[in-house]
Amino acid sequence: MITKDNYAKDIKKYQPKPNLVKNCIKAFLVGGLICVIGQGLTIFYMEVFDFTEKQATNPTISTLILIAALLTGFGIYDKIGQFAGAGSAVPVTGFANSVASAALEHKSEGLVLGVATNMFKLAGSVIVFGTVSAYIVGLIRYLVEQFL
Amino acid sequence: MKIGKQSWMFNQGVYIQSSATVTGPKEKQGPLGQTYDYSFDELHCNEDSWEKAEQALLKKSIKICMENTNVREDAIDLFISGDLLNQNVTSNYVARDLPSSFLCVFGACSTSMETLAIGSSLIDSGNCKNVLASTSSHYSTAERQFRYPTEYGGQKPDTSTTTVTGAGTVLINNEASEVQVEGATIGKVIDYGMDDPLDMGSAMAPAAADTIVQHLKDFNRKPEDYDLILTGDLSSVGTPIVKKMTEQSGYDIEGIHRDCGLMVYHSNQQVFAGGSGCASSAVVTYGYILQQLKENKLKKVLICATGTLLSPTMTQQKETIPCIAHGVVLKRADA
Repeated sequence: MITKDNYAKDIKKYQPKPNLVKNCIKAFLVGGLICVIGQGLTIFYMEVFDFTEKQATNPTISTLILIAALLTGFGIYDKIGQFAGAGSAVPVTGFANSVASAALEHKSEGLVLGVATNMFKLAGSVIVFGTVSAYIVGLIRYLVEQFL
Repeated sequence: MKIGKQSWMFNQGVYIQSSATVTGPKEKQGPLGQTYDYSFDELHCNEDSWEKAEQALLKKSIKICMENTNVREDAIDLFISGDLLNQNVTSNYVARDLPSSFLCVFGACSTSMETLAIGSSLIDSGNCKNVLASTSSHYSTAERQFRYPTEYGGQKPDTSTTTVTGAGTVLINNEASEVQVEGATIGKVIDYGMDDPLDMGSAMAPAAADTIVQHLKDFNRKPEDYDLILTGDLSSVGTPIVKKMTEQSGYDIEGIHRDCGLMVYHSNQQVFAGGSGCASSAVVTYGYILQQLKENKLKKVLICATGTLLSPTMTQQKETIPCIAHGVVLKRADA
């Protein structure tokens, strides 16, 4: 029996259930693969350009961002995202995809009011909460160091 | 003439003179690919923005519809159209190029039957002679307005649907033809408290059930009086729910119900739970269903186009999703 008062519960059996285990495994494998590629890039920059591990961090991230932006432009990253879920959304490549996809989408409204205004539409919240949480963590660390 | 509580019977005779369906490439590859009048090879439809692409779909469907009839463009009294975009830009901008009066409606994905019902009523009452009724939707314009940028790599759940890229247009008047618009049932806004915009099938099913049941009551008919009862875009999630809900009200539509959203695509076309959008019911009804009626394979059909009247702003304000469904009866004139 489907009733208005209990509708959401009554129709549960008709809604497909997300396969959490399968999704977790796919996210783990793709997310892990992106990290392996990142590690490979770090080693490449350390071996070829004689960077220290710390120096190699920035070019590694930049390269990953470049690859993700290109894959977004070629229409591939959204397919990876559908397959991998959080696996391709959480790494820096997901951030790059959110910026590049919004920029591409709003190209039709011009460079200033379209691309520039909208490119952080999705990534903006990541920057806000990233910065705020960095402050909070920094403050906690400072207090712990001072008083313990 | 009003019949029952929410229905209209067109006693003076309203007939479909010509129709046209235009789609994108993915719909062309679907099971009904051969029934569309024209399909663009790519989503941009040779235009430089998604919005213009949707306008191209609608323009093309009007052009083909007018080519298939000897009614001249200046004899059209009224153009009625609607789409999914803010300020109904597709319809409003396309109407610039037409010499007729224009009414713009918004009924989300129920627009196809809303425009047909209003147009038929105006002809039945004698206020108009020739009416063009249209609707359109486009995958990418809908994605960017209601969801995310098209290339964004977010993961969608299996309950989500794929907006049909297409447009459908019909020309109706009171001169007898093979297919008659017999009547219509205008739906109420129904909200059963669902709030997930990526599960529109669950949200719309109660509205569809309400309109179908009300229609059968108003016309004093049984589901068996129809060869087919179609819903617009309930998807594989909403379809079993609407069957169950109508059955609970004493009307079993199990054997004769089909959902346009499930007819547009093959299940292996990666469309999640099925097709949605204004064009879902329009391209199926104005193509395949009209052909089946003309070929006498169907005699009488109830098309119940379903719409979620949501906006991203209201969804973000934690509002639930109001839904609506409008039904129109198409039948063979000799039946």
